[in-house]
Amino acid sequence: MLFHTSKRKGVTRVLGLAAAAVTLALVATGCSTGTTSGSGDANYKITFLPKNLGNAYFDTSDKGGEKAIKEFKGTYKEVGPATATADAQVSYINTLTQQNVGAIVLSANDPTALGSALTQAKTAGVKIVTFDSDTDAKYRDIFINQATAEGIAKIQVDLITKQIGDTGDVAILSASANATNQNAWIDLMKADLTKNHPNVKLVDTVYGNDDDQTSFDKTAALLQTYPNLKGIISPTTVGIAAAARYLSTSSFKGKVALTGLGTPNQMRDYVNDGTVTAFALWNPADLGYLASYAAKALIDGKITGKKGDTFTAGTLGKFTVGEKGTVLLGDPYTFDKSNIATFNF
Amino acid sequence: MSSIDAPIDLDKAPASARAIADYGRPLWKRWFLTREFAVIGAVIVVWIVASSVVPYFGSTTTLAYLLLDATPILMIALPMTFVIITGEIDLSVASTIGLSSVMLGVLTKAGVPIVIAMVLCLVLGLVAGAINGFLVTVVGLPSLAVTIGTLALFRGVAVGLLGTTAITNFPIFWQTLVQSRIGTTGIPVVMLLVIVLILIFGAVLHFTPFGRGLFALGLSKDTAAFSGVKVNRAKFIAFLLTGLISALAGIYWTLRYGSARGDNAMGLELSVIAATLLGGVSIFGGKGALHGVIGGVLLIGVLQSALRLANVSSDAINIVTGALLIFSVLSPRILAWTRQLRPPGRRREK
Repeated sequence: MLFHTSKRKGVTRVLGLAAAAVTLALVATGCSTGTTSGSGDANYKITFLPKNLGNAYFDTSDKGGEKAIKEFKGTYKEVGPATATADAQVSYINTLTQQNVGAIVLSANDPTALGSALTQAKTAGVKIVTFDSDTDAKYRDIFINQATAEGIAKIQVDLITKQIGDTGDVAILSASANATNQNAWIDLMKADLTKNHPNVKLVDTVYGNDDDQTSFDKTAALLQTYPNLKGIISPTTVGIAAAARYLSTSSFKGKVALTGLGTPNQMRDYVNDGTVTAFALWNPADLGYLASYAAKALIDGKITGKKGDTFTAGTLGKFTVGEKGTVLLGDPYTFDKSNIATFNF
Repeated sequence: MSSIDAPIDLDKAPASARAIADYGRPLWKRWFLTREFAVIGAVIVVWIVASSVVPYFGSTTTLAYLLLDATPILMIALPMTFVIITGEIDLSVASTIGLSSVMLGVLTKAGVPIVIAMVLCLVLGLVAGAINGFLVTVVGLPSLAVTIGTLALFRGVAVGLLGTTAITNFPIFWQTLVQSRIGTTGIPVVMLLVIVLILIFGAVLHFTPFGRGLFALGLSKDTAAFSGVKVNRAKFIAFLLTGLISALAGIYWTLRYGSARGDNAMGLELSVIAATLLGGVSIFGGKGALHGVIGGVLLIGVLQSALRLANVSSDAINIVTGALLIFSVLSPRILAWTRQLRPPGRRREK
């Protein structure tokens, strides 16, 4: 009976203690981060908001952004949700708006769901730069586009024709037959091959549905069907990794060239063991670096996001804003044995 | 008015203990020295401290964003309290939000007037709740298994209907209404709806035979049945309510973010249940009060908002919230344990 009464009071006391502990934690964090920092008159507080934290791709891109911000002596910060959802990003955008940051560099989890939060941020004077994944154009100032379809198609054709000596049969291992971006790239590659590489013949296009096992089996089938095959292009990260895995343990290793779009972490082993000479993708570090300089140019009022605006992005050089406030990073980046060790994504 | 405590003590404590321990205390002690008020007190303390040490926290904007973020959790926590008090659980609520959100999108895209689409979404929510309720009460399956199933089922249908695409063009009027605030207070207009819901659910839970029946049912199904509580009907109604209110939260979610997606509110069921338990509702059923649950939702909301503004990373925020929840569930046990270490003669009276 006594037990019952004092238990209640005890709970109250323990919860009070919990509140005190939390309070203490808040005081500690509040004090350490409460100071505002900035350099000069311009508000160079630039915060990266990736789709989620703990993602190697964004770790790389945001490090590139941090490097740029250090160059112009701004304040770099990275915040983001633990899981890639739009509503979690909305809370962060609202928080950053309240904190009066100069710019938010964002990879959007949804093209529209962030709309009202971003509009409020822009109204409050925060510049919005998107990279990797865009929102509707009206919600941001600048979108940093990693690569164009033409650039992606051209580099893959250049890589494969160089690796096979500009003559022989090649095939394409794509994702799915109705993937819009894949088909656009394949059409551009076909046109490039016909026009500039008359001795290279595209014998087949097969689809691995971006499934590891299917892509693996399709690669095996291709090599059996076309014994004279000299090269495979796989413009999908799943496909190229599966094809490389098949080639690396088969008798075709080193004889059949493989290239396409892949990530360094997936391809590292196959580049180092000689299965793959070179493959392409954009450099996320450069993407973040450029995004930071675009944010700076917006804060400086040097650009507004309209077509024809130009700005300089540190070591990357000069960039021009294109249609719909888009800035193109440039040609895709080629990864090979000489540089793959420096990348981790 | 002592109804907040009465149903709990009726069945848990021996009659003699109740008479002496609880009703021997002054009225104000019985009301305010409760776990529920401890949580509410914690909200106030954290709010005051955060206002003074965290930059930008003490503003109406913070209040507005905090309440907008907390609204769906607050809404669903009300019927969730009913379900948990009966000793059951409903894990499918966030998937019902997704389903309702997709339904609203698909219907408005097809040209159905938005008000009719909203009504149909609520009907869909009732259907979703009825499926859970049917499987639990009529078929007699455990609610944990049933609602894990419908969690996947409803989410699967929602994502299947829209794939990775989103439907956006919702009327600006409704989107603005959801975001707008009452004057300069920073309190969102939608809180009026939430307050009405709180009053209704609070009245039903604490001041009607049906509500008291839920407590009795959570403590002992058989005793409740013999005392005249319609066990299956009560549980079925509780599941209908979580379905209905989840669908309402789905409409809110869609309009607030202006985007109908199959993956909307993914994982929100855990936030709802965490807040409910933090507010003092027993996961074993039979115990809890609505003002505590509201305190639980707000405590998590205020903490997250303050930590975010203090630039604490999302991982650390999750750690703090998780630790707080475990601590709150564990604290009564720790107290009981420490008390046993003391010799009986030295145990304090009241």
